Amino acid sequence: MTVSVDTERTVRLTVNGVPREATVPVRRLLSDALRHDLGLTGTHVGCEHGVCGACTVLVDGAPVRSCLVLAVQVEGASVTTVEGLARDDGRGGQVLHPVQEAFRECHALQCGFCTPGFLVTIAAGLEARDAAGEITDEEVYDLVGGNLCRCTGYANIKKAVRHAAATMAISAETAAGPPAISAETAAEGGER
Amino acid sequence: MTTKLFGEPVRRREDARLITGRGRYLDDIGAGALAAAFVRSPHAHARIVDVDVDAALDVEGLVAIYTYEDLTGPLAEPLPVLIPHPQLHAPRTGYPLANGEVNHVGEPVVMVVATDRYVAEDAAERIAVTYEELPVVVGVDASRAAQHAVHEEIPDNVAARHHQETGDVEPALAAAPHTLSFTQYVERSACMPLEGKGVHARWDADDRSLRVHTSTQASTSVRAAIAAKLQLSLDEVEVIAPDVGGGFGVKIVHPWPEELLVPMAAIALGREVKWAEDRREHFISSAHERQQRQEVSVGFDDDGRITALDVHIWHDNGAYTPYGIIVPIVTATQLVGPYVIPVYRVVVESVYTNTVIVTPYRGAGRPQGCFAMERTMDRIADALGLDRAVVRERNLIQPDQFPYDHHLTFQDGRPVIYDSGDYPALLEKLKALVGWDGVGALRDDAEARGKLLGAGMALYVEGTGPGPYEGGHVQVLGSGKVLVSTGLTTQGQGHETSFAQIVASELGVPIEDVEVTTGDTRRFPYAVGTFASRAAVMSGNAIALAARGVREKALRIAADVLEADPGDLQIEDGVVQVRGTPGASIPLRTVAVLSNPLRYAFDEAAKQATQFATHDDTKPPVAPGDAPGLEHRDYYSPLRSTFASGAHAAVVEIDPATWEIDVVNYAVVHDCGNVVNPMIVEGQVHGGVAQGVGGALYERMAYDADGQLQNASFMDFLMPYASEVPDIVIDHQQTPSPLNPLGIKGAGEAGVIPGSAALASAIEDAVGRRITSMPISPTELYDLMRSETAERTAALDRRTGVGA
Amino acid sequence: MKPAPFRYADPRSVPEALEVLAAEEGAKVLAGGQSLLPLLSMRLAAPATLVDLNRVPGLDTVEVTGDGVRVGALVRHAGLLTHGGAARVQPLLARATANVAHPAIRNRGTTVGSIAHADPAGEMTSVLALTGGSVTVASPSGERVVGWRDLFVGPLETSLPAASVVTSAFFPALPPRSGTAFAEVARRRGDYAVCGAGVVVTLDEDRRVAAVRASYVSVGLTPEVHDLTDAVAGSPVEKADWAAAGALARTLVEPDGDLHASADYRRLLVGVLTERTLTSAADEAVERTPA
Repeated sequence: MTVSVDTERTVRLTVNGVPREATVPVRRLLSDALRHDLGLTGTHVGCEHGVCGACTVLVDGAPVRSCLVLAVQVEGASVTTVEGLARDDGRGGQVLHPVQEAFRECHALQCGFCTPGFLVTIAAGLEARDAAGEITDEEVYDLVGGNLCRCTGYANIKKAVRHAAATMAISAETAAGPPAISAETAAEGGER
Repeated sequence: MTTKLFGEPVRRREDARLITGRGRYLDDIGAGALAAAFVRSPHAHARIVDVDVDAALDVEGLVAIYTYEDLTGPLAEPLPVLIPHPQLHAPRTGYPLANGEVNHVGEPVVMVVATDRYVAEDAAERIAVTYEELPVVVGVDASRAAQHAVHEEIPDNVAARHHQETGDVEPALAAAPHTLSFTQYVERSACMPLEGKGVHARWDADDRSLRVHTSTQASTSVRAAIAAKLQLSLDEVEVIAPDVGGGFGVKIVHPWPEELLVPMAAIALGREVKWAEDRREHFISSAHERQQRQEVSVGFDDDGRITALDVHIWHDNGAYTPYGIIVPIVTATQLVGPYVIPVYRVVVESVYTNTVIVTPYRGAGRPQGCFAMERTMDRIADALGLDRAVVRERNLIQPDQFPYDHHLTFQDGRPVIYDSGDYPALLEKLKALVGWDGVGALRDDAEARGKLLGAGMALYVEGTGPGPYEGGHVQVLGSGKVLVSTGLTTQGQGHETSFAQIVASELGVPIEDVEVTTGDTRRFPYAVGTFASRAAVMSGNAIALAARGVREKALRIAADVLEADPGDLQIEDGVVQVRGTPGASIPLRTVAVLSNPLRYAFDEAAKQATQFATHDDTKPPVAPGDAPGLEHRDYYSPLRSTFASGAHAAVVEIDPATWEIDVVNYAVVHDCGNVVNPMIVEGQVHGGVAQGVGGALYERMAYDADGQLQNASFMDFLMPYASEVPDIVIDHQQTPSPLNPLGIKGAGEAGVIPGSAALASAIEDAVGRRITSMPISPTELYDLMRSETAERTAALDRRTGVGA
Repeated sequence: MKPAPFRYADPRSVPEALEVLAAEEGAKVLAGGQSLLPLLSMRLAAPATLVDLNRVPGLDTVEVTGDGVRVGALVRHAGLLTHGGAARVQPLLARATANVAHPAIRNRGTTVGSIAHADPAGEMTSVLALTGGSVTVASPSGERVVGWRDLFVGPLETSLPAASVVTSAFFPALPPRSGTAFAEVARRRGDYAVCGAGVVVTLDEDRRVAAVRASYVSVGLTPEVHDLTDAVAGSPVEKADWAAAGALARTLVEPDGDLHASADYRRLLVGVLTERTLTSAADEAVERTPA
């Protein structure tokens, strides 16, 4: 037979801009490969049957459930996890994505377990969106409607989406990029 | 000013790591650990005839298999009855691994340890357990009928008969101008945190120490339980709750079998072992709550004032009673709510069923109590043709009646004495917020659009912050950093922020300098746990007292240095200064250095505290009764619980073609005394309301008659998405608690309590049929509307002119 | 909840895929995987080998002609949802895919995969039936077209042999003077429907109702198409009694009850959704019928 049928494979992919590889049994879920083989534990596993959305990551820019994809299937793909949302500020710190900043500003997380799935989903959705014009309720529901949160009741998550959409609209208008808030400053916490 | 932070919506300090993927949850720990998986009972009630592990032995990567036979010493005994009570006359608990009998689907029978979870599941799948099935008891009614017994030696299935009364209810009912009797049901739901449970254990054979991380709400008590069950000295065990992905009550139960078995295996194997519960395990082996059958008789006068209330409840406690009868007691005592009930009798029979154990889920029996009381109010109003708000108003405890003694005994063994509140004001605010008096016009408008509209309300009083105690430790380092620790745990409530606000306010330091640690027995070994809306009340006050102790010591030391009276000193922004004398100041970090007399100068700052740098030779360097270091440990232990209160109203629109129920307005008025961080409190309310709406309209644990959970997945257990949770409007009221130094009351559970009561009332108002069971779904509402036996409300008949 | 062990191949052509499927006993095709992966993780399915189609070139295209829309085996729901050309020729495609789960699922799940999965709760099985569609099946003996009636055998069961690959689905174009609509009632937004309805209304040149067909989701064991024409035949469209069509539909369906809906409730919804979708489909039919 010309086709190789395997029980284990070495997968090469780009994660958060960095080339990575891992040798995994072919049954390894992408969620487990990211968390346990590549050490990126920011992606969380809440149900392993594709309903909760906590494990959502971007594969070639599109949100997908990493528990519903095999690691071997992302060979050659580019994956973005929550760890890759913020960008380097060039001075050793990080600039948070406007959605991350909005979640903090709007108290859109409590235990934080579902948060990574929301963040990458919303970030991809807002980036794909034509930033002009106020975001509609329908758009907000589409962005957050497929992820479960047991803590917040979603009120502040919806608020954060609007907040981030507005921020990104302003950034797009001024073409100055997202506002510079360093993750280091944020890590110190507490400022109002 | 950075130091006036109490009461401010300070943004959360924990968020920085949680939004960047740097949180550390249980399954993020121990990358190289072995993985545990369990063989769990597929039967609700059965005898175990044989366990055959042979087929699993050749699975590559298998490390160990444990059955009951491998348990020794106290580990082979039943799990503890955590909260004994004299009325819990027939307590039963399971074993860490089933000992000959299983009493619910999901009960652990065999533990497998392997190189990873995939392999562990491969091996578990190959283990053959032979069962002899026994008759199954599901639901309160079947349990009550007692045709079969869950535990052979308890033929009536009754674990406890909890009984309280404040007078002679039968003559009071007989003398009442009006009486009503009715029966209603509440179904099972569950906490369902997005992160399941999980345990990681590491044994260090060289220094004989066991470090356990567990996704728990009670790390200090897990530690004690592990030490007792594994026959270790307490000092050999440390337990840490890492970032915890939600709890809502299910993680207060302990020790879960896995919290003992995983450490046991780690010690036996000399390897790190981890178990991360998957979702299906969580459904069938973690705890549920809420199912009750309630029989209510109420006597009332022509004005709708209650004269007597008699309640008999059957409470489904599942297969075992590890958490005692806390939920029944809470239902029994919190049922009375904000009302004057002249004569009250309550009996709660806690009964066994062959289902997952029932232990507190956010609200912990209060939603059911509220459902009983508030639906009683609705029935009185309906019977007398009065506005539902008016009937409630007439029965409210008045502001001048505090402290108000209900003559009941609460879950902490202490009297139910309400400390403060203003219930009439709550109700007024609620009516204004939801537009209660304009509901008729809304109804007409909806009718014109082909929809049925209804409104409902529910009030509650919630005993929060029960003892026995919590502690706090505050320490100022020479760097100026302020370390704060408390033993209770955090599952997303923002304690790192609110406790830091308290310390920053009490001590006068920038919040940026404050670092809070919770739930780590290495840092604070004495604690009770996070439940019953108690963290802010208990640890908040303990930490405030500890901070005050530090402040007092700092002022004493600074007064010496500045040659001033401590009473003339103030601390602002981390600097101690003489009031009104600029320049006469000393940074708190320097005070911290001076507080610890030194021989060795290990850094520049330390030089100030060495023996040749200090000059008072009239006193010993550490005065008698004093201690080195700028730190203080203190405890808060309340006389009794403090009582928060609130009122919710819901407006629903129902499509009479599809019977879909849309919550179009949800209003909350909330009173938890003084508020540390209003942003966090509102977040707690939002989350509680979402769970209340979920419990009222979407969620139920659907067991079939064989005890199989039919909907053990997120596909079929319908936790609300954003699209199912209504927008919420909130108004606040603050009646401080006179019982604690900060004047605060708990806020964690409040939001969930009145959901089912308010929504049942609103749906009933819309459709004119009595709602006697919650939750309710469109298909059930359709059945109700078609039913010839469904009771029509008098309100509907009055509205439509029938029988008027 | 981890999949049992399996072997994995990702062939680069359909013949290669067929080769593996024939050679490996208990092999199963993997495309989007959004239904299959949960079954694997719950160990409700344990195929010996997965044959992943995702590396096969040429299967990810949507071909639109005047006759209809051909959807390749690797076209994701999201791709079909936003395909303007497909929507113009057969508006039901976008209307139905909008109801498939949530965006993250639609980004990965394939339309053809959900048809091959033959779940009676799936939207696209019902749309294939309603449009009179078919699938193209490749097998070692060659390629053939299988009409929807011959495809669906039972819940999660098709007539296709194990060693075969559905390479595309074909949805015929919406006929002239016709309109469609699709609607669902679900417990939560994005859930499998408690009941869904797709309808096609066709008018004659005088804008009288000529034909009414409907197909339902989560009703019955396999997709069916119900002819409701009798209830409204010949009626001027603006006077058509769509409620009567709904009532007729209620008598034709045989729904089952489950956790989320009784059979009676489903029957009720069949009537309501039929009436509602027909009202809206009729508007479209009018727009598409020259005055």
